[in-house]
Amino acid sequence: MSEVVLTGVVKRYGPVTALAGVDLTVPSGELTAVLGPSGCGKTTLLRCLAGFERLDAGEIRIDGVPVAGADRHRPAHRRRIAVVPQEGALFPHLSVAANVGYGLDRAARRGDRVEEVLTLVGLAGYGDRMPHQLSGGQQQRVAVARALAPRPSVVLLDEPFSALDAGLRAGLRHDVREALRADGATGVLVTHDQGEALSVADRVVVLRAGRVVQCADPTTVYREPADEWVAGFVGDAVLLPAVAEGGAARTVLGSVPLAGAAPSGPVTVLVRPEQVRLTPGPGAVTATVLRHDFHGHDALVGLRLADGTLVTARVLDDPTPMPVGAAVSVTVHGTARAFPATGGATPSDPLRQTAAA
Amino acid sequence: MAVALLPLVYLAVRTAEAGADRIAAELWTERVGLLALRSLGLAAVVTVACVLLGVGAAFLVTRTDLPARRVFAVLAALPLAVPTYIAGFAWVSTVDRLAGFWPAALVLTLCSYPYVFLPVAAALRGADPAQEEVSRSLGRGGWQTFTAVTLRQIRPATAAGALLVALYVLSDFGAVSILRADTFTRAIFVAFDLGFDRTGALVLSSVLVALTVLLLAGETASRRRGARYARLGGARRNAPRLRLGAARWPALAALAGVAALALGLPAVSLARRLAAGVSRPGALAEVLTAAGNSLSISLAGAALTMLLALPLGLLTARAPGPLATVLDRLAYLAHALPGVVIGLSLIFFGITVAYPLYQTRWLLALAYATLFLPLAVGAVAGAAAQSPPALEEVARSLGRGPLAVLRTVTLPLTLPGIGAGAALVFLTGMKELPATLLLRPTGTDTLATELWTATAVGAYAAAAPYAALLVAISALPTWLLVARGGLLDKEDR
Repeated sequence: MSEVVLTGVVKRYGPVTALAGVDLTVPSGELTAVLGPSGCGKTTLLRCLAGFERLDAGEIRIDGVPVAGADRHRPAHRRRIAVVPQEGALFPHLSVAANVGYGLDRAARRGDRVEEVLTLVGLAGYGDRMPHQLSGGQQQRVAVARALAPRPSVVLLDEPFSALDAGLRAGLRHDVREALRADGATGVLVTHDQGEALSVADRVVVLRAGRVVQCADPTTVYREPADEWVAGFVGDAVLLPAVAEGGAARTVLGSVPLAGAAPSGPVTVLVRPEQVRLTPGPGAVTATVLRHDFHGHDALVGLRLADGTLVTARVLDDPTPMPVGAAVSVTVHGTARAFPATGGATPSDPLRQTAAA
Repeated sequence: MAVALLPLVYLAVRTAEAGADRIAAELWTERVGLLALRSLGLAAVVTVACVLLGVGAAFLVTRTDLPARRVFAVLAALPLAVPTYIAGFAWVSTVDRLAGFWPAALVLTLCSYPYVFLPVAAALRGADPAQEEVSRSLGRGGWQTFTAVTLRQIRPATAAGALLVALYVLSDFGAVSILRADTFTRAIFVAFDLGFDRTGALVLSSVLVALTVLLLAGETASRRRGARYARLGGARRNAPRLRLGAARWPALAALAGVAALALGLPAVSLARRLAAGVSRPGALAEVLTAAGNSLSISLAGAALTMLLALPLGLLTARAPGPLATVLDRLAYLAHALPGVVIGLSLIFFGITVAYPLYQTRWLLALAYATLFLPLAVGAVAGAAAQSPPALEEVARSLGRGPLAVLRTVTLPLTLPGIGAGAALVFLTGMKELPATLLLRPTGTDTLATELWTATAVGAYAAAAPYAALLVAISALPTWLLVARGGLLDKEDR
């Protein structure tokens, strides 16, 4: 249970600046997700926290005590920060129990802490197995238990679920969060998977090019992203040019009420595909169905408006047939978010690219 | 690294002392040209033969349904335990008046093809079968897939083995002298031992070093830049075995034939001589003393070598860069120097610099360290890969200090590999002859030197017990190496 505060953390590798002044607070007892595309510096951030790398500038404090700075470096084994690496990295020569007990002192190893954390991750009774006898998911569970066992100040998880298949991932994700919570541990989860970050974390920190772009709870990051790039990175986005006036924006989809303090003048409006509602037949705004991607729980419908604008709608469990080429009427549900107009589409908007292709 | 440089510095200094005229007079003779051609020719012939034999045997043992594969895996590696001079001695004492280039090539091939067999067999076992399956699914037949995919997968292992064989042949002394094939090493030893013609010996040694540099440079240049053969994730899977069908019997016969020539013939020859030799009174005590000396000197050599190899191997594995590469190549250069040259240079070193070491076992141990450092460095570097940095980082993040991490994680994971390296150095030290002949303290005899002395005067019966014991002791580390290559593992893992 500890609060970690990073101030102006800078880390360079030769000419490459991996972290360009990161300010961040990891609240005690919460799970914070550090989210960003590959190469944004999130693994470097984690390695700096753990003590595997030295800082070039800035400071890291744990519970107010400085542990790292430009001329200060508390070595990794004295930081009480445990890591769960991507591939688990279980010690292949030790049994599951010995792996979990690795960070405990002699007396604690004989106590019931090992079995306690194994139970937390759902592997009670697996202590005598060897790592190679476990499946990939079980190995990750052991790695989490091993990190939790010595009750560290912070547990760092470095994309721990990325090597697992989708079905396993969701279950393990949930179990790990519950285990962290049950143990009252402070966690930092590094990931490039926005679904993972939004679904498990109490707070999401979006990192881009070595800087924190946004730090907020998952709902805020999704509903009120800091800029167009974050909007496109954390989820599917429909970005429309518009003119804002008196709390609403005039778009090709009609007038859309804006959330928060709305600017006036030319803006870019963010609408999530699930806000776009469709009804068969022409209406006030009519679009043509271009494609229909069925995903089981929902479907993505690609649309072209009369003026050529491409829009995507997410349709939940709707038995109404919407064949390609059909005309549908389009409305926007709820409020949208406006950004000052920059012109041009954001490069990270996958929907635009696929729709245009 | 001073150890590896010592002989080279010695060579340069002493050769320069002789003066340009004498060097030229020794160098530009028809004999030197012939020696060079014969040495290179022998190296080329033996290397090609070893590659064919080693790759063939490795494929049959690891990828086909050959009967008694695991027996043949051991048999194919076991010639490592037979020193070339024992094999040469066995052939000479079996076939009358056997001598010259081709018999030497035959004996050297039979003794050194395990250097190709062991790494290639390990590579074939580790290679990703998915690549071969993709090749077949794209319409390539079995043979085309073998040449286009499989051979390329094992190329690094084959090249490493072939390099070891070529260096070994260039520096071999035992077989070529028993079979009287005139190569550089034999000429150097003859010049030094009979005529005390140091200048001649030194000039010849320098030419041999130059040949070795050429060989190393050629091997480095032929490595394709950025060529990586890593397995891309995924679980370990064994390749399906090729059904030999009716071809299994010729294949079996071929492997059995090679084993008979490489192991059976020396064994039978030794047994015959042994039966004639035990009657000599007092022989047993002598043999045991020699065995004790062999063991203790080889153990000291192995220990010293591993001590020097540990920092170098870790440097190569953890901080690869220009420095590590240069050090690595230097070590190889010393490995290729004939034991004769190493011996001469260390005598010089002992007399002029480290007199207290002269005439002690430690100087001999140092010679072994110089000769066998690359074998040990390779083993340490390979072992270090068994303990990836991620594991050590996790251990530190769990609150264990650097020393505790070394003791609880790094050492347990790397010791088996380091042990295999030590076994190889020990094995090679047991078999080493020329440096031992030159550097052993006066009156100290090892199995190898006793054997040499006996065969030199034609006392084959007296030589046999030493030879038998030497092969028997050497077989143990060889077995360890085979087991470590995973060749004895059960299939259904």
